[in-house]
Amino acid sequence: MIQYTDKIREIAGRLLKDGTVEVFIGYRKGTVPMMNEPVLIRDPDQVDTLHWDVNCGLNLCNYLTRRTEKIGILATGCNSRNIVTHIIENQIKREQLYIVGIPCTGMVDHRAVKRAVGGKEILSAEQQGEKLIVKGADFEKTFEIKEILQSNCAVCRHRNPVEVDEMVADPVPEQEGVEPYKDVESVEGMEPRKKWEFFTRLISRCLRCYACRNACPLCYCPTCFVDESRPQWVGKSNDPTDTMTFHFLRAYHCAGRCTDCGACERVCPVGISMRQFTKKLNKDAEELFSWEAGLTLEQRPPLDVYRPDDYNDFIK
Amino acid sequence: MKNLLEHIGIEPGRLHFSWISSAEATKFVDVANQVYEAVKEVGPAQVFIKRLAEVA
Repeated sequence: MIQYTDKIREIAGRLLKDGTVEVFIGYRKGTVPMMNEPVLIRDPDQVDTLHWDVNCGLNLCNYLTRRTEKIGILATGCNSRNIVTHIIENQIKREQLYIVGIPCTGMVDHRAVKRAVGGKEILSAEQQGEKLIVKGADFEKTFEIKEILQSNCAVCRHRNPVEVDEMVADPVPEQEGVEPYKDVESVEGMEPRKKWEFFTRLISRCLRCYACRNACPLCYCPTCFVDESRPQWVGKSNDPTDTMTFHFLRAYHCAGRCTDCGACERVCPVGISMRQFTKKLNKDAEELFSWEAGLTLEQRPPLDVYRPDDYNDFIK
Repeated sequence: MKNLLEHIGIEPGRLHFSWISSAEATKFVDVANQVYEAVKEVGPAQVFIKRLAEVA
């Protein structure tokens, strides 16, 4: 999206020059196609490295935690909700931030593209409007972007940022009639044993590399429970039970906080769909507490407050 | 927590939560009995068990 890129560079340059911000957090083109990477820019002369297209799926909020300077940051719908969550959880102050909002129509699932070209090496992937043109040594293929979206983007209901200081373009229409929890419901309908088999198979390839945790803006603890050794909460081997414990607890730590940005799935080297865990929690938060994370600065999250009418059917 | 554990395949009836004051002896007995009955009905756990490595 060349218009967005130009506008982002212009805004970042202006903010850095007039001293509104000391650092600007955005994306630049990655060294590999479809892998744009986060970049922190301090020098207004370097804003031309900033870039925007449908491959900016990493969550920039990850780079805000406990920073002390004035920061300019790009924010799509989900990223802005993570920024709100960060503010609510006292990881950053609202006054420090200048949020540049991006109306987002979704990010491309790089694995789907890779599959569609038969796993061949992709040498370039250019976005042209609604299309993505993928080229390799001996092939060229054009994709409709809306057919190769990340699965979380396909069911996104908050494409426009919720908290912004400036927008790079007019808001896009929100998607109507999406069924965000269809896959969760299909698992809910299974017998306990089938559910266990489903999740065991889901995580069977897990290497315990913790990329999902590292990419997640919610996982900002100085020492993660999986890294602690005194006490050691969970085994460090790739024993299936330990792996399940890791995924279960990682997800649970995101309860009422996850914005379904999809960064965890995007970075997984073996393509595990770990959003199946967090989505169940999102569904519960929505059904039992009428809560979707990061939509407002005014309200405390459900696990943070007590209300006499809180859901408590599980307690005797 | 209970919902997610049951979502990943732990049987309903295996996990129980209760709030019992130190003054509520009868409630404690009742809950303990209920838990016992419920877990007995579900039978021995088959999943989420970590087997220790066998050492010679």
